[in-house]
Amino acid sequence: MMTRMVMQRIGIGFATLIVVSIIVFIATSILPGDVAQIVLGQSATPETLAALRAQLGLDQPGYVRYFSWLGNMMTGDLGISKAGGATISSLIGGRLGNTLMMAGWVAVISIPISIALGLWAAMHPGTWLDRIVTFGTLSLISVPEFFIATVAVLILAVELRWLPSTAYMTGDESFLQLMKALAMPLITLVIVVSAQMIRMTRAGILNVMSSPYIEMAILKGVPRGRIILRHAFFNAIGPIINVIALNLAYLVSGVVIVETIFAYPGLAKLMIDGVQTRDLPLVQACAMIFCATYVVLILIADVGSILSNPRLRNPK
Amino acid sequence: MTEQVASKKEEEVLAELDSFAELPDAPPKRKFRLSWVGWVSVGVVVFWLVICVIGPSIAPFHEMDMDGDDSFLPAGQGEYGYFYLGTDYLSRDTLSRILFGARNTIGISLAATLLAYLMGITLGILAAVKGGWIDMGISRVNDAILALPTIMLGLIVIAALGSSIPILIGTAAVIYATSVFRIARALGQDIMVQDYVEAAATRGEGIWWIIRAEVLPNAAMPLATDFGLRLVFVVLFISSLSFLGLGVQPPASDWGSMVRENLQGLTYGSYAAIWPAVAIASFTIAINLIVDDISAKSGGSLAKKMV
Repeated sequence: MMTRMVMQRIGIGFATLIVVSIIVFIATSILPGDVAQIVLGQSATPETLAALRAQLGLDQPGYVRYFSWLGNMMTGDLGISKAGGATISSLIGGRLGNTLMMAGWVAVISIPISIALGLWAAMHPGTWLDRIVTFGTLSLISVPEFFIATVAVLILAVELRWLPSTAYMTGDESFLQLMKALAMPLITLVIVVSAQMIRMTRAGILNVMSSPYIEMAILKGVPRGRIILRHAFFNAIGPIINVIALNLAYLVSGVVIVETIFAYPGLAKLMIDGVQTRDLPLVQACAMIFCATYVVLILIADVGSILSNPRLRNPK
Repeated sequence: MTEQVASKKEEEVLAELDSFAELPDAPPKRKFRLSWVGWVSVGVVVFWLVICVIGPSIAPFHEMDMDGDDSFLPAGQGEYGYFYLGTDYLSRDTLSRILFGARNTIGISLAATLLAYLMGITLGILAAVKGGWIDMGISRVNDAILALPTIMLGLIVIAALGSSIPILIGTAAVIYATSVFRIARALGQDIMVQDYVEAAATRGEGIWWIIRAEVLPNAAMPLATDFGLRLVFVVLFISSLSFLGLGVQPPASDWGSMVRENLQGLTYGSYAAIWPAVAIASFTIAINLIVDDISAKSGGSLAKKMV
């Protein structure tokens, strides 16, 4: 039963990815005029247009182009960028690594902080410190990412002059220099992601706290801290895994903003540049990478919550 | 089996929504009351809505007036008048641009949210009432759109169509209509099985009468709180796009693009980028606090589930 459910989720994940690829393909093909027209620009004549269209395969019907695009993408051939004519795989290569490195650090820093703070707030509900955490995190999740980034720059880079305000990287800096360059985007993203995770961890624990077995433990006279750590926490692990995966998925939008502000040479910055120059093949490739990551993380959250539920793991 | 999985999924969604509600063991109180924080927040929201209407007429300068003095002036007396919040990178008055920009930022978001509601509720209630393949079809398309990061969808559409105010409103409306659809459909299904709906159907009332007189009034309160949350998401979405230079185009003033334009001023100690960001934050935080207050105070389980 559990294996079947997990397989079913994975199947749904695959189906979603296919639909996503169709959406991306259609959305970027509704542009009036096609790549041939853009490439030739002013010098287009009906003959050269037709020739280039035939060369690029644009004279074929939509579904043929979709399948060849999908096939190329699967085999790692992401096409050629409109601007400059470099292959998209070469453009994306290093950028993807930079973005993954940043996301990795954000996860490593924010997950322990969020679980600790969320647990702590759930252990002391209604106290003024809990109120500060609840109010603070609510405020943080209601403001745009660029607000947090701007204030961080103002305080840490302009007023205190501790950190540089752009994440310029040459590629051969020492670990300490790298950390200093990464610090501002990291701080911003950690704040954005943690605020959401703290709230959801706290809510998850409090939710478990209202179940009958906790009431039983309270009536037995078990101290509150022990109830949370021994009874509530383990039952809240499922929801918490879910929260972590969902929030790493939300990172996608945070990364877009943060890479732009700090001029961080990552995949999102590349995509925004692509949107601004309307370099559609590049946008398609980046969008597919981001969307696939998002769908996979949501899938992990789904499967994680099935696996962490003993009732689904050991069916009667 | 499949049905079991489907209902499980629904449960999970509801549980997820539930986990946002504050203090699940708070005693239910039916009366609509706000704490002082809630009232202050209502004041802030009303203030900005009023500014949307009268902002341009009380602004000391026009949004595109260049003072001619200097860019990034601190607050104070300039050659052409008094700059309460200083000037921006093109030496325009920051305060005036914030007052003008309210209309763009809040107006566009409000229009997009209303449109999202119109589409989401119409389709959601249609799906709940009709069921069958109509429900299947709309729900599958909805799930596919919901499975994508909103900012990615926005970027793809803008890469393809370019950016203009109608496209911004339409894109945001379609994206956020998906979550409205889910809620409206769940609510509609909940209400459709109530005894009073059955009674109305037995009386021989038509389907549209039932929707208008029974379903909509009962779905109104939970949808109203959700409207607030949705508006916050749309404001954040639109201003994020503007911040990326892909939303409202210059020289029109918009809070998101104002932050972007004046970011470089931060290094010279100018707050021209901070004020519009504070304006956005005050509006979105206030709405969230009101919604939080309502859901903590009114114990209606359905409303709570949806917040």
